[in-house]
Amino acid sequence: MSAKEYRTASAARGGLLTVSNVPSIAFGDRVRIRDQKGNTRNGQVILSSDEEVLIQVFEGTDDLDMENTWVRFLDEPVEIALSPEILGRVFSGLGEPRDFRPPIVSSLRRSINAAPFNPAARTYPKEFIQTGVSTIDGLNSLVRGQKLPIFSASGLPHNRLAAQIVRQAKLPDDDSRFSVVFAAMGVSYADARFFQEEFASSGVLGNVVMFVNMADDPPVERLTLPRMALTAAEYLAFDLDRHVLVVMTDMTHYAEALREVATAKGDVPARKGYPGYLYSDLAEIYERSGRIKDRHGSITLVPVLSMPSDDITHPIPDLTGYITEGQIVLSRELHNQGIYPPVHISPSLSRLMKDGIGKDFTREDHPHVSNQLYALYARALETRNLASIIGADELSARDRRYLEFADAFEERFVRQGEDEDRSIEETLNLAWNLLSSFPPQALTRVTETEMAKYHRQSGE
Amino acid sequence: MINKESRKGTILEINGPIVTIRLPGVHNGEQVRIGSLGLYGEVIALEGDKAIVQIYESTEMVRPGEPVEGLGHPLSVELGPGLIGGIFDGVQRPLEEMFLKAGDQIPRGLSPDPLDREKLWRFVPTENLEPNMPIIGGARIGTVQETETVEHRIMVPPDIEGELIELAPEGDYNLEETIGQVRDRHGHVHHLKLFHRWPVRKPRPYQSRDNGIDPLITGQRILDTFFPLLKGSKCAVPGPFGAGKTVVQHQVARWANADIVIYVGCGERGNELVDVLDSFPKLKDPYTGRPLMDRTLLIANTSNMPVVAREASIYVGITIAEYYRDQGFDVVMLADSTSRWAEALREVSGRLGQMPVEEGYPAYLASRLAAFYERAGRVETMDCGKGSVTLIGAVSPPGGDFSEPVTSHTKEIIQTFWALSKELADARHYPAIDWVDSFSADVGTAAEWWHENIDRGWEKRRGQALAMLARDAELSRIVNLVGPEALSSAQRWVLEGATLIKEGVLQQSALDPVDTFSSPEKQFMLLDLILTVYDEGAALIELGVPVQELSEMPVLARLRRCKELYDSSQIDQLKAFREEALQDFKAIHSEYAQRGEQTA
Ligand SMILES: Nc1ncnc2c1ncn2[C@@H]1O[C@H](COP(=O)(O)OP(=O)(O)OP(=O)(O)O)[C@@H](O)[C@H]1O
Ligand SMILES: [Mg+2]
Repeated sequence: MSAKEYRTASAARGGLLTVSNVPSIAFGDRVRIRDQKGNTRNGQVILSSDEEVLIQVFEGTDDLDMENTWVRFLDEPVEIALSPEILGRVFSGLGEPRDFRPPIVSSLRRSINAAPFNPAARTYPKEFIQTGVSTIDGLNSLVRGQKLPIFSASGLPHNRLAAQIVRQAKLPDDDSRFSVVFAAMGVSYADARFFQEEFASSGVLGNVVMFVNMADDPPVERLTLPRMALTAAEYLAFDLDRHVLVVMTDMTHYAEALREVATAKGDVPARKGYPGYLYSDLAEIYERSGRIKDRHGSITLVPVLSMPSDDITHPIPDLTGYITEGQIVLSRELHNQGIYPPVHISPSLSRLMKDGIGKDFTREDHPHVSNQLYALYARALETRNLASIIGADELSARDRRYLEFADAFEERFVRQGEDEDRSIEETLNLAWNLLSSFPPQALTRVTETEMAKYHRQSGE
Repeated sequence: MINKESRKGTILEINGPIVTIRLPGVHNGEQVRIGSLGLYGEVIALEGDKAIVQIYESTEMVRPGEPVEGLGHPLSVELGPGLIGGIFDGVQRPLEEMFLKAGDQIPRGLSPDPLDREKLWRFVPTENLEPNMPIIGGARIGTVQETETVEHRIMVPPDIEGELIELAPEGDYNLEETIGQVRDRHGHVHHLKLFHRWPVRKPRPYQSRDNGIDPLITGQRILDTFFPLLKGSKCAVPGPFGAGKTVVQHQVARWANADIVIYVGCGERGNELVDVLDSFPKLKDPYTGRPLMDRTLLIANTSNMPVVAREASIYVGITIAEYYRDQGFDVVMLADSTSRWAEALREVSGRLGQMPVEEGYPAYLASRLAAFYERAGRVETMDCGKGSVTLIGAVSPPGGDFSEPVTSHTKEIIQTFWALSKELADARHYPAIDWVDSFSADVGTAAEWWHENIDRGWEKRRGQALAMLARDAELSRIVNLVGPEALSSAQRWVLEGATLIKEGVLQQSALDPVDTFSSPEKQFMLLDLILTVYDEGAALIELGVPVQELSEMPVLARLRRCKELYDSSQIDQLKAFREEALQDFKAIHSEYAQRGEQTA
């Protein structure tokens, strides 16, 4: 670490500080800044030339006085100290303790910007995780090592659903060591407390590492926070062989912070003012989940994001969907009907379920049942739409059956209690209960053998 | 021409992946290595005595003042045996080997040789080649059995021409050994090896372009039967996230009747490449019966890998594709996704401060896209053979909006357009290819092939099916306005017929072991059977049979399942089922005909 301080700052604007007349400074270097009040701010070099450097100041550049700004280059990238002691601790977006306990002391420090995983080092995620939530397990199954976000919107119960997943997630017949990494960006005190109490009451607190940035903390820290969290997750998963579930909320606040910095830097905006590199930036985060050859642990990632104005085509959910391996979408309509969890089935998807379910994993009928429910529900929603135009009385007997199915499906399959932990068996049996209201010839997505085994009318 | 001498200079500025250097005598397009780590990059602009370089790796902790070395040649790939079956990054670094050498993560500055230097290959020289014969670039001088499936043809590099002065006898050689010598007209002697290098941004030469004649058979019904693609043609697969672009491309990679498949994962997910790496060695090529990996090659710049190498990755892919084309093969190259490539262009142009025109993209987006797709084609090769490169690019429009720049420019370039729809995907109608928005400019040419090889009724049947789907859309609109009661029986039978087409022909599960591949013969049989059933039903409705009675015929449920009940080798069983099904209609027919006579 260099002890030399420079007082050659020449301009400060929108979180960016220009410093002139410095010797060759490394791109990405960490910076410590002392302001006129003697307070310390942190930053990182985002452009370095032989004439000047540009520093992104995490705490912002508000009321910096150029004459009295002292800049020190630390000659190291942003790092996090790692040891098994991180479990049970709470840190800020910069990796500083937030729980009034001493910092982690360890010789193991890692840059939070990890080199990308070699695709040839990955193994394909295949192990079904039972979350106990029918809409996820039955229709959009999560597997170990998957990145599966929750697309939500303001006022919807994404936090409760995320907490339920953390509480209930397990591999059938498996008791290997697991940990939770919780990354909160721009959250309210109420939300932060909710999760803390959740972890405490379900007795997992000692297995949780929390990284918290509150709504009133500096937004720039939101940029380092998920990377801190994932570096910790990688350590737990690939050094300590743990199965790590990472919950990140709210990625929208992350992206907004990124936009703020990009705008200050003068980067060319692509859509809605977000920089063109938002995709790659999000991918750097999301792609850190997965399974690695010859490693026992895994990183399963459940990011939560709120869709601005409930719009799924907004750049944040849109780019996320292009990177993650599916999405669980919450619906305001179902929520307003009082249905919990209000999972909007049609746009929800799990891309990795195909290899993690079926005969050797869950049950042989699972893939077909899932498909069949999707197809019926899509048709049922069309019918509901039709009924709202021409009136339910005008429908044919066949169409009315679809209408009834839509209601039954939402009431019995989608709706479940916050503490209701359904096994995959229960979920599939429930599905067959609903399917059995149709005659066998209306069900062409399930096989004839499965029909004979599970369909109530054929089984008789 | 490749200039061997290297020169030294220094770094002036680092702005993410864009680095400004001072390096006297450096050329635009030249490869450089920068900093103490020796990161690889490429000069993309010259400004006075400065050069702007794009770096393929992360520039974290690189400093102004660090050294720079000019390598004297542009970004090039190694072309020779050992490519097939491998996985390379966006600048052709061998990822398997990097994994073995360097572990889980990709370190910087490491650049092992793309092709194995030690491995011995059995070289069989071409017969009738004698010393002192004149020989041109692209001429075949021998073969190497690269994989069980691929007989690799060793060619004189395209930029060498002259007199053959020596050709090695049959034997085992490694890549570095000289297997032939050619003296050019300046008297310079070139030592030929089993491999050579070629700059990726320069299309490889050929004699002439040819029209495509044969369709690429993908085994996917909606593609082959409705929106055919010719070998040597260009195709785009646009669609919102989750609509099925990658699955379509994987299906083509699996089942297309191509000799070589090059799959470029450009800015997409790591696990999708692992899926290919895991499953292809276990799957059998339906045409040769050998493992699919024996004809497949992967280029991977996943979304978390450096953006600049993403821009290079598709050129690396297409250059390798052209190389196999020059050997006389039919090559399919899949690029998933060209939008990520375009975004990489945007990223670099933004850092260079170039004026953005639409959504941040530079003005040259359209011309770069066109020039890239132009490298597809069916050609007469330098040695008078035929080869083709078929190019299929996924497009990922933001918000699923097809009017955005990359989709709209691409649409003007390509001949076949497989448009994916969110509505269909949401209803789990897979592949979610929209039959209204999709098109193929090559139906006429494909028809000749189908008529000759499968059935003369192909084009007519295809037209009838599309017409029925259009009628269906129209009638559904009416139903949505005034309810189903407004339709006549005949109209309601059209709705049934369209449903049969959708479920029995268009929908095809990539996950079902039988349905995943459908031979052209099976494709036509299914289509023809469903249309025949429809015609039979329509005739019965004329006779007064209620639609209800027809819709509930058990044979219809079976008809929808035919695709997964009979695989492509069970054409006879399918024929037997057809007879059975038509029998059921005949039975109703005679019943009603009798009734009609009785009442008459
Ligand atoms: N033909 C098919 N058969 C079965 N399932 C399919 C088919 N096509 C698509 N799917 C399903 O749709 C999912 C999403 O498809 P895919 O990954 O190809 O989407 P995409 O368009 O490439 O999305 P993105 O742009 O985000 O990469 C798959 O994981 C699979 O579950
Ligand atoms: Mg995809």
